[in-house]
Amino acid sequence: MDNLLSIITFLPLLAAAILALFLRGDDPAAQRNAKWLALAATSATFLFSLIVLAQFDPADTGFQMVEEANWLMGLKYKLGVDGISVLFVMLTTFLMPVTIAACWGVKTRVKEYMIAFLILETLMLGVFMALDLVLFYLFFEAGLIPMFLIIGIWGGKDRIYAAFKFFLYTFLGSVLMLVAMIFMFTQAGTTDIPTLMNHQFGSDTFSLLGIQVVGGAQTLLFLAFFASFAVKMPMWPVHTWLPDAHVQAPTAGSVVLAAILLKMGGYGFLRFSLPMFPIGADVMASFVLWISVIAIVYTSLVALVQEDMKKLIAYSSVAHMGYVTAGIFSLNQQGVDGAIFQMLSHGFISGALFLCVGVIYDRMHTREISAYGGLVNRMPAYALIFMFFTMANVGLPGTSGFVGEFLTLVGMFQANTWIALVASTGVILSAGYALWLYRRVVFGDLIKESLKSITDMTAREKAIFAPLVFMTLLLGVYPSLVTDLIGPSVEALLHNYHAAVPAGELAVATH
Amino acid sequence: MISADIQLVLPELFLALFAMIALLGAVYTGKDSVAPLVTWLTAGVMAGLAIMIGVGGPGAHTAFNGMFIDDAFARFAKIAILLAAAVVLLIGQGALERRGLLRFEYPILIALSTVGMMMMVSAGDLMTLYMGLELQSLALYVVASMNRDSVKSTEAGLKYFVLGALSSGLLLYGASLTYGYAGTTLFSGILGAANDGHIGLGLLFGLTFVTAGLAFKVSAVPFHMWTPDVYEGAPTPVTAFFATAPKLAAMALLARVLHDAFGNAVGDWQQIVALMAVLSMFLGAIAAIGQRNIKRLMAYSSIAHMGFALLGLAAGTVLGVQAMLVYMAIYLTMNIGAFAFILSMERDGKPITDIGALNQYAKVEPLKAAAMLVLMFSLAGVPPMVGFFGKFYVLNAAIQAGMTWVAVAGVIASVIGAFYYLRIVYFMYFGEEGEGVETPMSPAAWGFLMVSAGAMLFGVVNLFGIEGVAAAAAQALVN
Repeated sequence: MDNLLSIITFLPLLAAAILALFLRGDDPAAQRNAKWLALAATSATFLFSLIVLAQFDPADTGFQMVEEANWLMGLKYKLGVDGISVLFVMLTTFLMPVTIAACWGVKTRVKEYMIAFLILETLMLGVFMALDLVLFYLFFEAGLIPMFLIIGIWGGKDRIYAAFKFFLYTFLGSVLMLVAMIFMFTQAGTTDIPTLMNHQFGSDTFSLLGIQVVGGAQTLLFLAFFASFAVKMPMWPVHTWLPDAHVQAPTAGSVVLAAILLKMGGYGFLRFSLPMFPIGADVMASFVLWISVIAIVYTSLVALVQEDMKKLIAYSSVAHMGYVTAGIFSLNQQGVDGAIFQMLSHGFISGALFLCVGVIYDRMHTREISAYGGLVNRMPAYALIFMFFTMANVGLPGTSGFVGEFLTLVGMFQANTWIALVASTGVILSAGYALWLYRRVVFGDLIKESLKSITDMTAREKAIFAPLVFMTLLLGVYPSLVTDLIGPSVEALLHNYHAAVPAGELAVATH
Repeated sequence: MISADIQLVLPELFLALFAMIALLGAVYTGKDSVAPLVTWLTAGVMAGLAIMIGVGGPGAHTAFNGMFIDDAFARFAKIAILLAAAVVLLIGQGALERRGLLRFEYPILIALSTVGMMMMVSAGDLMTLYMGLELQSLALYVVASMNRDSVKSTEAGLKYFVLGALSSGLLLYGASLTYGYAGTTLFSGILGAANDGHIGLGLLFGLTFVTAGLAFKVSAVPFHMWTPDVYEGAPTPVTAFFATAPKLAAMALLARVLHDAFGNAVGDWQQIVALMAVLSMFLGAIAAIGQRNIKRLMAYSSIAHMGFALLGLAAGTVLGVQAMLVYMAIYLTMNIGAFAFILSMERDGKPITDIGALNQYAKVEPLKAAAMLVLMFSLAGVPPMVGFFGKFYVLNAAIQAGMTWVAVAGVIASVIGAFYYLRIVYFMYFGEEGEGVETPMSPAAWGFLMVSAGAMLFGVVNLFGIEGVAAAAAQALVN
């Protein structure tokens, strides 16, 4: 199959088109059909993506299974995967059936809901596979539309504010990236990502409005991409859209947002910022490191005082994304490996945590922490699963959370000891807010009248968590599954980076 | 010799003759009762002429000693103008009929205005330019006030006329200065007077005034004041016309003047056009935020879009003209779809324009709401909708011409502007219960709404090949 990647990318879109064109009515039978078709399509996508994984050769650091066709204006429709992107593709295809299963209880506009998620899957997969700048931008931006609708139509009380904030914040970030992309197109004459990775953009210091821009065009390009990815990530201080969006989004929307959409930022750093603007990255690295650790400490503290469960987990996500950016900009093997690992692991863990909130929200229709307490008495299975993911979130050894945090901290330590010192306080703080949340919700006596009749998880809910538990444990005890796959690609990336930087530093020094 | 000249202006002649014959025919037969027939006939003739021009031979020819130019650029603009005018006639017919406004003069005036526009884009001389422009404008002044019983419509017509006359005055002043300092009204002659990249002060004044006069017609800031009032006051089908074909005609004419007559002074007009572009983009984006009247909102939206098209023009290159043409073609398609919807909005038989009326619309009419959703995201320039590619072409042209910072300003304006397009989506999909809105559509309006939305969605594959045609057109203009 020569066009396997295209099949994977557009299979969900095909299913969405079938739903839109051929499914009529909103009766329970139609709703059931919509859900089953969506589940079948996402599962089939996952199965196809397993073929990609099987055919993937980790030793080859270039792009594999490349497909290419001409598009407009010398742009190309070009897809391919390397060691870094293949795992994000797998993460997406793996989580989407879980997500679809998690919205089984939705009753309003089910068909449209499924269509939105299916389209979203196509766009997310496209982001991770695109090997053309504009194609990447197209998928990256288009993802805003279904997510805007998911938050706005199926969200909570303040959904409109959250949807607008989400859209405009991320839109503003990405249009600057668009200008930078066109600038790169002008400079290099191509939008082909593999070619651009080897293209040296100008790095001579120049003066802009009286300010000396060290690193020249590369620094500006880096900043333009940074604006987009930092918002998407999100990094402190542009993270404020995330808690709003998470709180208002429906459960499945939160899962996709936390588990996959946030990873686009980190992926973007690895795909564009480091390989294409190494000198810009070098100039900015310590700045990014510091705001990353500020994010870790600050958002962990903010998480401590949250009264809304989803908001707490959202802030915890921002903190964990801080490890990712800090790991990436440590610019060494452990740091970058750890960052990718942390992104995957966070995909499973935060997704599961939002599902945990969804389980009790479906029953009680509130996310207030104070509305709960003593759930362990009525919901032992839930208590166990929630405990497991809370521990994984804290970074308990044996879970994937530990590996990610440990590797990034090792990387940070090599880059800057102080950074690592500050960042490691985040580990303690995360234990603080996560365990405290767990105590308030699950332990204690069951005194609330409304909780007296709450029921434990159904078989369907347990089945949703099973794959997530499995992956979290598997990656926790056998991390080389991942690191073997990404290792060569990351090594090549860092090799190119370090080869490019000394030359640039020379250029900076002479000015 | 004269027969060859006439051969070249055959489409214009034919349309003008048709308009006169139709006028007489309708007067001597059923008057307003034959209005639907005249509308369909006019649209058919326009579509036929578009096809005729489309299959006509390639190459560039001039007629009447260079006063009339027939090249790939003119043909591109003419086909777009004719098709847009024909489609707007068809989508507006049902709505006009429901309001009792379908007079037989309407399609005829539109046809005459179209003749004017065709002259405009083929102008090779300041005289042809002015004649085309006035023919176009006079017909439009009349249709703006077509709803005689409405104060707003009359006001719109008057306002349009007074400001239009002012802009004609500016244009004429500029034209006479140009003539005085260049010694000729022929574009090719003016081009010769401005060689070695510099033009004299007198010619520069001429250029500025001509540009200002034309900027009125494209409603670029700071000459945009008439737009929201005229859009609001005119009957909605007429507004739909204002927003489409005349905009392209004026933009094409501006490109023609700037490149054909002042092509040797790019540096002189580039800054004027770039400034107008930036101001238009920002004003269009910011002023519409508070609008609840969808027609005024579309007026500001069109100002912002003209800003983007001008940005392409400001690049001053072949790529820039190509970007402008692609942008305008996409803009026309989007606006036809959006107006097909807007002109059908009514409650109890009365047209309404408040966007709050769209509350919960998606539940009542999911298909039409989805089409509008696509169009709104396309207008906002969000990929994968085709509207994004329009912006992409323009930004690409601007950045290639070294105007990176203008491009940055443009994208920031487009984010601000995205807000109000999203707001329409918000009303349709997330809104609370409201009084609701009815959207009875004629089959033509429904059809073109769907075609337009479909084009925005599927154009992502190859933009229906418009890229190559626009490139050839731009090549013909700039050399």
